[in-house]
Amino acid sequence: MNAPTDQGNQLAIEFMKGLWKENPIFVMVLGMCPALAVSNTAINSLAMGLATLFVLFFSSLLVSALRKVIPAQVRITTFVVIIATFVTLVDFLLAAFTPAIHKELGAFIALIVVNCIILGRAEAFAARNPVLLSVADALGMGLGFTLALFGVGAIREILGSGSLFSIPLFGNSFEPWVVMVLPPGGFFTLGFMLLVFNWMQQRKKQTASAKPV
Amino acid sequence: MAQDVKSSRLVFTLGMAGFISGLVLVSAYLYTLPMIEANKAQALERAIYQVLPGCNAFKPMGLSAGKLEVQEMHGSDAIFAGYDAKGQLIGFAIPAQVIGFQDVVAGIIGYDPVRKAIIGFEVLESKETPGLGDKISKDAAFRNNFTELECASGVVIVSKGKKSKPNEVEAISGATISSKAVVKLLNQGLEQWQAPIDIYLNEQVKKQQE
Repeated sequence: MNAPTDQGNQLAIEFMKGLWKENPIFVMVLGMCPALAVSNTAINSLAMGLATLFVLFFSSLLVSALRKVIPAQVRITTFVVIIATFVTLVDFLLAAFTPAIHKELGAFIALIVVNCIILGRAEAFAARNPVLLSVADALGMGLGFTLALFGVGAIREILGSGSLFSIPLFGNSFEPWVVMVLPPGGFFTLGFMLLVFNWMQQRKKQTASAKPV
Repeated sequence: MAQDVKSSRLVFTLGMAGFISGLVLVSAYLYTLPMIEANKAQALERAIYQVLPGCNAFKPMGLSAGKLEVQEMHGSDAIFAGYDAKGQLIGFAIPAQVIGFQDVVAGIIGYDPVRKAIIGFEVLESKETPGLGDKISKDAAFRNNFTELECASGVVIVSKGKKSKPNEVEAISGATISSKAVVKLLNQGLEQWQAPIDIYLNEQVKKQQE
């Protein structure tokens, strides 16, 4: 752990785990509210993922840097103040620079405050680990969340509107599956992706346990 | 984890967190406010030019003591008078809102007071069902209803393909409630503003004759 290569390894491990092994959506099943509600188009889900990544990154950085200063009794309250500050900041910035996206995401930007992933990472990781590791963890978790959300959004937009990033894909003969952009489509897509993810994990485990025999 | 900590330190920590957070947010608010307001004004401006074809400039108008006058107005009490390149009045842009299928539908109506006709309509805000109700702002056939819609005695909704009179709006099949909401919005906006506009125009004519 003390040698520089070890530290590099540790950073890589903390970063990578959020992408796949401990993916916030597929493994921890956290942050379901935005994952279902604003994932009807690729651009919305990407914007939501990046906004969450931004908040997660800076709140983890601050929580980790201040972890020895903040008394344990008021830590959760302080974390929430820190998170809420960054969320409001994102809200203002999106409204100022990308009004169209801000209009689409609406109340869900403010709701990032109560996204379990952020407070969860602050309490479970950033409050107990040094700054570099916490930042790596936050980046991995944030990117894992963004990728998963983008996957749901892309599938729903392709099937439900026949387009990706509003670029038509199939021509006029394609009849869009309207249900996919409606709320049920969110559940269908997420359920299907969870199924595939778990099936892959299970196969991996089976081949791993089959090898020694 | 929980050692004995003086309560003054707890208060101080939370106080500092709140203070710094407040400072950051106030600066961010002041920094972004002009941009956010410019965005809103731009969206409204774009909608006004769209519902009044040929419009080159517009002035906000509002009621003062029951009379329509050119004045700086904000919020839902304002309508906009549109003028062409020669400065001739071509019509009014009238914002209005009603409850749709899910939430408020807000739109802006382009109204030609001489022909007593709607010459344009844009949705400003709606959360109607994607793929069905949101066609009120996307469906070309539905939007075509509002290029020349006679409205002297209100507009009426009919099913798709059944239009026979100049004041009828063809609904979107599968989105009847949203279509009805748009028609209600049109009638509501016109009902509120048609009379003041007529009074205003009569006065303008009188002034010119004098």
